[in-house]
Amino acid sequence: MSFPLLTATAALPAIGAIATAAVPAARRTAAKWLALTVSLATLVLAGIVFARFEPGGERYQLTESHAWIKDFGVRYELGVDGIGVALLALTALLIPFVILAGWHDADPSPSSQLRSSRGGPNETNPYHWRPTQGFFALILMVEAMVVLSFVATDVFLFYILFEAMLIPMYFLIGGFGDRAHAGSDENAAAQRSYAAVKFLLYNLAGGLIMLAAVIGLYVVAGSFSLSEIAEARADGSLDMATSTERWLFLGFFFAFAVKAPLWPLHTWLPNAMGEATTPVAVLITAVVDKVGTFAMLRFCLQLFPEASKWATPVIIVLALISIVYGALLAVGQRDIKRLIAYASISHFGFIVLGIFAMTSQGQSGATLYMVNHGLSTAALMLVAGFLITRRGSRLIADYGGVQKVAPVLAGTFLIGGLATLSLPGLAPFVSEFLVLVGVFSAYPVAGVVATVGIVLAALYVLVLYQRTMTGPVREGIGGMPDLKVRELAVALPLIALLIFLGVFPKPLTEVVNPAVQHTMQDVQKKDPQPEVEAAK
Amino acid sequence: MSATAVHSLWTMAGEVTSAAPGDRFTAPTIEYAQLAPVLIVIGAAVLGILVEAFVPRRARYTTQVFLTVVAIAAAFAAVVGLAADGYATKNAQIAAMGAVAVDGPALFLQGTILLVSMVSVFTFAERRLDPASHGNRVDSFAAQAGSVPGSDGEKAAVKAGFTTTEVFPLALFSVAGMLVFPAANDLLTLFIALEVFSLPLYLLCAVARRKRLMSQEAAVKYFLLGAFSSAFLLFGIALLYGYAGTVSYAGIGDVVDGSVQQIDPALAGTMGNDALLLIGAAMILMGLLFKVGAVPFHMWTPDVYQGAPTPVTGFMAAATKVAAFGALLRLLYVVLPGLTWDLRPVMWGVAIVTMLGGAIVAITQTDIKRLLAYSSIAHAGFILAGVIAASPEGISSVLFYLAVYSFVTVGAFAVVTLVRDAGGEATHLSKWAGLGRRSPLTAAVFAVFLLSFAGIPLTSGFSGKFAVFKAAADGGASGLVVVGVISSAIAAFFYIRVIVLMFFSEPKADGPTVAVPSPLTMTTIAVGVAVTLVLGLAPQYFLDLASQAGVFVR
Repeated sequence: MSFPLLTATAALPAIGAIATAAVPAARRTAAKWLALTVSLATLVLAGIVFARFEPGGERYQLTESHAWIKDFGVRYELGVDGIGVALLALTALLIPFVILAGWHDADPSPSSQLRSSRGGPNETNPYHWRPTQGFFALILMVEAMVVLSFVATDVFLFYILFEAMLIPMYFLIGGFGDRAHAGSDENAAAQRSYAAVKFLLYNLAGGLIMLAAVIGLYVVAGSFSLSEIAEARADGSLDMATSTERWLFLGFFFAFAVKAPLWPLHTWLPNAMGEATTPVAVLITAVVDKVGTFAMLRFCLQLFPEASKWATPVIIVLALISIVYGALLAVGQRDIKRLIAYASISHFGFIVLGIFAMTSQGQSGATLYMVNHGLSTAALMLVAGFLITRRGSRLIADYGGVQKVAPVLAGTFLIGGLATLSLPGLAPFVSEFLVLVGVFSAYPVAGVVATVGIVLAALYVLVLYQRTMTGPVREGIGGMPDLKVRELAVALPLIALLIFLGVFPKPLTEVVNPAVQHTMQDVQKKDPQPEVEAAK
Repeated sequence: MSATAVHSLWTMAGEVTSAAPGDRFTAPTIEYAQLAPVLIVIGAAVLGILVEAFVPRRARYTTQVFLTVVAIAAAFAAVVGLAADGYATKNAQIAAMGAVAVDGPALFLQGTILLVSMVSVFTFAERRLDPASHGNRVDSFAAQAGSVPGSDGEKAAVKAGFTTTEVFPLALFSVAGMLVFPAANDLLTLFIALEVFSLPLYLLCAVARRKRLMSQEAAVKYFLLGAFSSAFLLFGIALLYGYAGTVSYAGIGDVVDGSVQQIDPALAGTMGNDALLLIGAAMILMGLLFKVGAVPFHMWTPDVYQGAPTPVTGFMAAATKVAAFGALLRLLYVVLPGLTWDLRPVMWGVAIVTMLGGAIVAITQTDIKRLLAYSSIAHAGFILAGVIAASPEGISSVLFYLAVYSFVTVGAFAVVTLVRDAGGEATHLSKWAGLGRRSPLTAAVFAVFLLSFAGIPLTSGFSGKFAVFKAAADGGASGLVVVGVISSAIAAFFYIRVIVLMFFSEPKADGPTVAVPSPLTMTTIAVGVAVTLVLGLAPQYFLDLASQAGVFVR
């Protein structure tokens, strides 16, 4: 038996999480360094997975398979395809930046430090509240679950992770709020717990509906293994009634649409992203939400190809609404973080649109979009977080003229913003272009509507930049320090990656394209031929 | 599939050792070895009474705890021994002249009841939580149950350092009844077992040390409604006897599916009358559904759970449910399989209103014990979904769910006993605010139990829920699964609310403290957590056990 590389990639952050949580209360800094080291080691493992993956080889590689719960027909089955490997790499890449950006976010607040320095009851209790350790342990736990969910090829295993990752996310959102809150402490705590509960209930409801569909799938197919179900489908031994397939599809899709999130199930995202600390907001939108769109590609299309085609028109309309509605609301936001949240809703619309355009360009584009959106949002959001921490406010109106005081901060913020609006030369352009090409060839009208989203993106990003960075220096901005070394270590690599993948996307397209071809075969769709060729 | 074919799926012929008709005066043959678990527990209970009478007061507590723990351990060993001898599978027997079945479900449930009782008894014996009164360590039970609350007699009893060590033999009697209940193989044994485990419970509910009036009120309510439901059960038994001319399960089952037509001359007028069968079956079901706390027979649950001393609540919530569902399963699968189609709509209705009712009403609760009570009602609904599945998977999934649920319940109530303020346990939810900041470990443990109740993956609650829903979906009850999923989502809301309260709210200045328990309660809680995690991560062994045990002897 070969070395279980995929398990190791997921197990390392999980073990790291436990170790981080166990660091004694006084050794906060040690916990941070431990978490960072673990996340970098995970990145190395993910790099090995990426290197070992052969784009032209088997569909699922580095597979592992063990019996787990025989009675439920559940196996511990892992395998990575091109789409999974791209997202796995993205996750492993972003977590170190998230940890680094959140370095001080979970330090005990000055008031509680005062308390403990007086030797409060906390000092005597060996199990007392250790927010810093908890924060980084939870981030690593989320990483472990997300990584495993990208490589799970057993529907049940995936479902378990899909649900279980809500719990650490919930504590991250509810337990560690943004210090830069307008209202009083109490008010902030109330809004934070509201956001956390809303996040959890939306996703749990989606997950439970998926549970019904998962059970239904087992009753119909008698197996949870993707490969077994695909085989049974191919040799005709599994014949799903059309209506059954549609119901099951809807059960799965509902859960993924909540997670992604797709209009009209999106309303938890602005709350969660607004109230969480910026690194957690990045974790939500750049990492965890990708599981939703990934699962549409992996499970909806592969398990229920007919139903997917049946639902395509409605889903495309929902995706278009998401694109335009998210962008419009982003234009109108006064809160920087909520603006980025609505921008993300618009982008998730693009991803879903690309997936359900059912063309190979569309799906390749959607997969690239997931990666690039992760990078660009991380860059924009984390720099925005640095800005917000300095001024202590999330309101756009509180800023102005930052570029005169902190030019590097303003510059990195601009590049993050330009990536978000898909400027050619930066990575998101490639994916957005591919999605639009894919959509135009199949649904020209939808392509036209989606383009509106791009125009609006330019509007909300540039207006945001103009209001916060340019103009006269506002009160409270003067003397704002520029980015420090730790912050530069977050921003610069992300920007370098955005530029690199913008000019040279080949390493990603190479692994993604064969996987997309497989998915296209599953749904038995061929790309529409260009009419020019047909005319020849 | 005809009724008889369905029937043969989950029953198998056992050797009925009843005496031949005619020679009525031969002594009954009693298989003492096969009844050993019950006999050990009853014997220890009787011994416990003698201890109360003859052992000096100072030594009673130690003696009783020792006796109880040893008896339960011995009974568990006996159950394991019987299972090892194959009584759970191929050697399933009907013992004691057809009165008691010794088969897989019976042994599995008896084992579960004994283990749960063991950890419950630990919380009964806990004496470190309350501050010492007049130099004596005290437990959760009244100094002298007979003294009027607030009277001089009560003060004197407290000052003298009396404790109610009778709770241990009472608990043992109750356990003995519970052991017989799911194994009862005729209706009279069923009724007697019901009374044997109910009467001590009524008493146990009344003996709380604090909030004694509430405790006594709970006991009276429980007693009155319990007596009422017993009357229904008894009346149902009478009607079924009129219908079948026998009280033995197998005998009634034969008449129901038409394989016996022989008419007892004394009952010629009523035998085989379907009206008697349907009404009788409905009344017996009512009695059993009362015990499991299904809507609309649940009214007693919140009041009794709230008023009873918390260790008793935990014991009652876990063990009663196991015993009562065991009896319900045996009744439905052995006696009434021929009625599957008649009963199905009713059982569907009960399961649906139980799941939804429990989950919805729980949202408005402000007391942690009442909240757990309504949660137990919702769980009864989930278990009913598995009961309705009418298949071997249905039986094994219910057995598994009961094992899962009972340990989580005992653990959760044990945590409730720890959170205290000046007035005893601080059960009002507002007092739990910020518990996660004050005592993260206690709050984290309770959060694990709540997540398990909510059925979050990687906890035992999820495995159990998945098992019953799968069985229900396989058995054609997809509608129930959908309702179950919806009520799980509703239920998640109030479990999460408690977690929010514990972790995300600021602690109040006058908030409760978490008492440091003795190793006894610690063991209870640790066992609860261990079972929750093990059955969540690797349930296969126990699922195997449950499915091997899932065949009723007939």
